[in-house]
Amino acid sequence: MNLHAIRAIYLFEMHRTWRTIMQSIISPVISTSLYFVVFGSAIGGRIPEINGVSYGAFIVPGLVMLSLLTQSISNASFGIYFPKFTGTIYELLSAPVSYFEIVVAYVGAAASKSIILGVIILATAALFVPMRIEHPFVMVLFLVLTAVTFSLFGFIIGIWADGFEKLQLVPLMIVTPLTFLGGSFYSIDMLPPFWRTVTLFNPVVYLISGFRWSFYSVSDVHIGTSLGMTAVFLVVCILIVRWMFKTGYRLKS
Amino acid sequence: MMVGSLISFPRDVTTENSVRTGLMSSAISVSNLHKTYDSGFEALKNINLDIHHGEIFALLGPNGAGKTTLISTICGIVNPTSGTILADGHDIQKEYRAARTKIGLVPQELTTDAFETVWNTVSFSRGLFGKSSNPAHIEKILKELSLWDKKDNKIITLSGGMKRRVMIAKALSHEPEILFLDEPTAGVDVELRRDMWNVVRALRESGVTIILTTHYIEEAEQMADRIGVINKGEIILVEEKSELMRSLGKKQLRLQLQEERKAVPEALAKYGLELTPTGCELIYSYDAHKDKTGIASLLKDLDKAGIGFNDIQTKQSSLEEIFVNLVRERK
Ligand SMILES: Nc1ncnc2c1ncn2[C@@H]1O[C@H](COP(=O)(O)OP(=O)(O)OP(=O)(O)O)[C@@H](O)[C@H]1O
Ligand SMILES: [Mg+2]
Repeated sequence: MNLHAIRAIYLFEMHRTWRTIMQSIISPVISTSLYFVVFGSAIGGRIPEINGVSYGAFIVPGLVMLSLLTQSISNASFGIYFPKFTGTIYELLSAPVSYFEIVVAYVGAAASKSIILGVIILATAALFVPMRIEHPFVMVLFLVLTAVTFSLFGFIIGIWADGFEKLQLVPLMIVTPLTFLGGSFYSIDMLPPFWRTVTLFNPVVYLISGFRWSFYSVSDVHIGTSLGMTAVFLVVCILIVRWMFKTGYRLKS
Repeated sequence: MMVGSLISFPRDVTTENSVRTGLMSSAISVSNLHKTYDSGFEALKNINLDIHHGEIFALLGPNGAGKTTLISTICGIVNPTSGTILADGHDIQKEYRAARTKIGLVPQELTTDAFETVWNTVSFSRGLFGKSSNPAHIEKILKELSLWDKKDNKIITLSGGMKRRVMIAKALSHEPEILFLDEPTAGVDVELRRDMWNVVRALRESGVTIILTTHYIEEAEQMADRIGVINKGEIILVEEKSELMRSLGKKQLRLQLQEERKAVPEALAKYGLELTPTGCELIYSYDAHKDKTGIASLLKDLDKAGIGFNDIQTKQSSLEEIFVNLVRERK
């Protein structure tokens, strides 16, 4: 195991975050906080409680998930896309590092950043809305699992992308809509039966539902199902990354 | 390598290849290497090449010959289509860790991080290659490459020549035993080029094997122990430099004429003389290794024809000329 390499890549990536702290931490925190101000304090008071949770508090888990997903994907996809774009990837490819080590370092760094971000957003939310965390252990588990899974997903996108548009495409066109429609702002029980069924094909529903359960013990789907679906997605991502590295897909000619 | 060292040092027996080739193990050993790019272009055609420990090997060839492809394949950046490559006896695919640890690469393209400092990027490379941090070593490299006063500068603020040096520093950061320099002196001024040669020589002194490509033939001529010529994906020649110079080296005899002439005199046609455009100089090319160089009779015939000269000079043909001739012959 080349621990020096994992450490070098991890620190390099974390260093990049501090260098771009405005864009990687501060701006997502501010934009998410706006939701808390608007929906939590301003109009939240006029919306009835959902399952006994005030609306401001109800949307917190979904919004944290939204940041966690988009930031994990963009951190990890940029992290690996950029060396490809500038050509510095030559060094990674010629170094005595295994694919596993590369993934651990890049995905680890991207996930770390999103977890830090998630915690900051939670702390900020607590300033605006009354919230509680009933199952802290499950909350942390979901936070970490989601950050890792979607960093891995971002890593895949970063390898797949051969231009900046593609890099933006998936987060913008797929992930954000899925998150908004995944029950960030409502309980899927509030939907007509047909749309409820359609929504169950949206993987983000399981994440948000499970995450919200760890806060308020209320969920759209069973917590076990949520965990299971997240684990399945994680395994799929691992398999794709393995295949990419084995074949040198878009990394080696 | 000496036989004694094999017996006294227990070697890693699991690495079958290093045992098989152990006795006369080469720094790099390429056999039957083919590379066809996805586009269908065959960039390397059955390359067989051995680089000896501790030598400076210059790989020459025209643009698009396959030099970078060969180096990239050895370093793990390009997948070989078929064939075997051993680095110090380790298969670059099956034992990539052992193989790559020994290799440092300075690629042809200037590609560095833009926003990192020189010190950070060089230290990063060392870590990436699995070495624990060693500030003293990094300091030494940066000083040798005259980068020390730039160590805290962001790379984006450096000039092209300095970036090239940063890339060399990165490659040296992990103390490689085998160093690839893909056109290290392209776009580099004379002074820096001389500095680099000194660094390369010092590395060779310390036992590092060096493989370089260059379009400056005089560089190969001055630096290399052996020279390989690659053209259209094929190695067409590998030779000791001195041997190459001797066996292929034509010599020239240049005669400074007393009077300008418009053409080569008829009487001297059989010598295949060349008249310089100014008409002041006659050039006679001959093979210095033949028994009869023809110089004596040429001088006699000149005398007979009444052509006088002020000065006479002989010159070994440069590697460049040899190389151009070789490539032309193959076309
Ligand atoms: N990724 C690629 N896909 C397809 N063809 C390629 C690729 N990379 C290089 N080639 C082709 O392979 C041939 C060899 O290229 P290479 O870069 O190895 O040449 P070179 O000897 O290094 O040339 P130069 O002196 O210009 O650096 C060229 O014809 C080039 O067009
Ligand atoms: Mg090249």
